[in-house]
Formats: sequence, structure tokens, C-alpha cells
Amino acid sequence: MAAFHFELVSPEKHLFSGEVESVVAPGADGQFTVLKDHAPVMTTLKAGVVTVSGGEGKVEKLFVRGGFADVNASGFTILAEQAIPLAEIDVAKVDADIRNAREDISDAESDEARLAASDKLAQLQELRAAIGG
Amino acid sequence: MPSLKDLRNRISSVKATQKITKAMQMVAAAKLRRAQSAAEAARPYAERMESVLANLASSVTAGGPPLLAGNGKDDTHLLVVATAERGLCGAFNSSIVRLAREHIVRLQDQGKTVKILCVGKKGFEQLRRQYERNIIEVIELRGVKQLGFDTADEIGKKIIRMFEEGDFDVATLFFSRFKSVIAQIPTAQQLIPAQIPSNENAPPVEGPQASYEYEPGQDEILSTLLPRNISVQVFRALLENAASEQGARMSAMDNATRNAGDMIKKQTTIYNRSRQAMITKELIEIISGAEAL
Repeated sequence: MAAFHFELVSPEKHLFSGEVESVVAPGADGQFTVLKDHAPVMTTLKAGVVTVSGGEGKVEKLFVRGGFADVNASGFTILAEQAIPLAEIDVAKVDADIRNAREDISDAESDEARLAASDKLAQLQELRAAIGG
Repeated sequence: MPSLKDLRNRISSVKATQKITKAMQMVAAAKLRRAQSAAEAARPYAERMESVLANLASSVTAGGPPLLAGNGKDDTHLLVVATAERGLCGAFNSSIVRLAREHIVRLQDQGKTVKILCVGKKGFEQLRRQYERNIIEVIELRGVKQLGFDTADEIGKKIIRMFEEGDFDVATLFFSRFKSVIAQIPTAQQLIPAQIPSNENAPPVEGPQASYEYEPGQDEILSTLLPRNISVQVFRALLENAASEQGARMSAMDNATRNAGDMIKKQTTIYNRSRQAMITKELIEIISGAEAL
């Protein structure tokens, strides 16, 4: 399979840069896979897991929380709001965050606050599901 | 003529000062390394963001959302002046403030209304003397230990909210770009309407450029990307500022340490000379006393 250039950057860190064979990303309208010579696409991302296959069975999974994906002739770039390699995530902390988010929802005083809290909960649950276990 | 004791006191006080400046220089050097790597880590994101935005903006014909095209007016200017929380870093704070002040004078000459948002205490202190009435808010970063994207995001959202409420028409950000330890360049950058870099630096695309597909839609993407871009620009400015501050402090403290060293050398020479003069004087007194007998 042919390789193409992929980059994953967040505001605080440059997480991935290199030649890969395929990338699965969580687009706003559903998951999509990018292979070499993909038509130019620009899309927003929702929270989810980006799966990078680097050939020879090498697979890397990273959790991203929103952002943008830009596919063009020079490669594929993801600008993530936040990105963490799945291996570095602390399960206990995520569970605690989920509990906090649930409390936030029940404590929320305005509709806006409740909406923001439930957004956060949905993201965390997505993350929790991605880790599994 | 100061007495020997006075000279000794003076030398020891300069020595104590030198120790402090030396320590501050070393602390600044350590912090600089961290700030610099943070600034470098953030650079790719900002660069990609710019090229994505440039791509997107080049395909937008006529107008676009107000964050990109402005709201058609040019009457009220918001100046976001980002400075440090502490002094003792050479001309770092004053050079940013000077640039902002020049800007303010020019705008006021043109009859525009100027509003100032200070990020960092030092800039506020310097601008307060002259432009107290123009300052609408001060954001202090004192409590912020590690500069994260959240901090910048908050400031960015605040700016956008004010823009949407019609508080200002044009926003400009002032900060100091980190070039090297000895060179920091005070910079003014226009935030709203967004300045899109020309696409000339982008790698040339071979063959006919295929048209982009947008999901969900071009306008939706642009309307999420633009506020994001402002936060990113603020974040980058804060990081560059942090690195510049430490760099400026490091060279300022290096100068101070060297000055203190020079002063110690000079004072020691004076001390020794007057000590010898005193010994000579005493000897002369003893000898002439003995001769008189």
C-alpha cells in the first residue's frame, strides 16, 4: 500500500508526523478513512479515536477532542483541540471526570451550563468507550 | 573621603546584590528553556492553522463572516496589550508598552476611540498613568502556573464576545516575539478582522487543484475555525511573551551581575589604596616621632 504524509498537532504539542498508510478519523458527519490520493476534504471533528496505520501492522491510536481535519495534495493534517495517545490515558482519572460531569449536570443552574456539562460528559464517555475495559 | 569601614560595607552590599542577580539569571535561564520549548511545540499548530485558514479564505468570495471581513466599521479599536507579571527584565515590558502607546497616539490623532485590554500587570501599571480611562479590563496571569491553552482560550472567547456585542471594530494584539535571548521584537498583530497570510508560502500543488469538499459546510467550518484561530493567536502570543520575558530577564541579570563585578573591582581598589595610605601615614608618624626624640 502506498504511503502518504500525516500530521497530528494540538496547540500544546506536535503529536505525530510521518508517512502512514491509512488514517481513520472521527468526522463530524461520521467516521472516515483516508488513504493515499484522497480527494481534498476539510471537515470538523468530534471527540473520538484517530487510528493511524503505519504499515507493517503498526497501529497507533490517539484520542482527540474536537478539531479540524484537512486533506489536500500534500497530505493529511489534523488540528486537534486536545489529543492524547490512548496508552497515556489514566482510566481512573477518566472515571472520576465522568462522575464529576454527571454531578455538574445535576447541579447546573442554567440550560447553558447543563448543555455544556452534558457535552463534556458525552466526550468523556466516548473516551471511556475508546479505552474499553 | 569614606572611611575603611564604609568601603567594606559598600563592597559587601554589592557582593550580596551580585549574588541575587546571579541567582535570578540562572533561574531565568532554566525557565527560558522550558518556555522556549513550549513556544516551539505550539508553533506547528499555529502554522498549520494559518495554512488551513488561508486555504479556506482564498475560496471565500466576497464578505464572509464578520470575524474574517470585519463589521465594515473602523471607529473603535481594541488593543490587547500582553506583558509580563514581573519587572526586572530589562526593557521587555516598556518596549511593548511603547509600541502600544505609539499606536494609541496615532489612532487618537485619527479621531478613533481606543479601548485597552491589559494582559499582565506590568503593562497595566505603565499604561494606567496616561490612559486609565481607556483601560476596560485587566487580566492578571499571576495565578497561572503553567500556561495552558485554556487560559488563552478564555481571553480569546472574551475578545470574541466583546466583538459580537459591538464593543469594538478592530482588535490588535501586542506582544513580544522571541527571536533570541538577546533579541525580542515587540510586535503588533491584528486579530479582528483576521489577517490571512497570502498563500505564496504554501507548497506548490501539482496539476489542476481539485476543489475542496467541505463537511458539514464551508460556512460552518469557517465559523468554528475563526474563533479558534483567535484563541490560537493569543496562545502563541502568550507563549512567545513568556519566552521573551525570560530571555530579557536573563540578559538583564547577566548585565547586572557583570556591572556588580566591575563595581566590586573598583571599590576594592579604592579600599586597598586607602588602607595602604593609612599604613604609610602611620609609619610616617612613627618614624618622625622616633626622629624627634
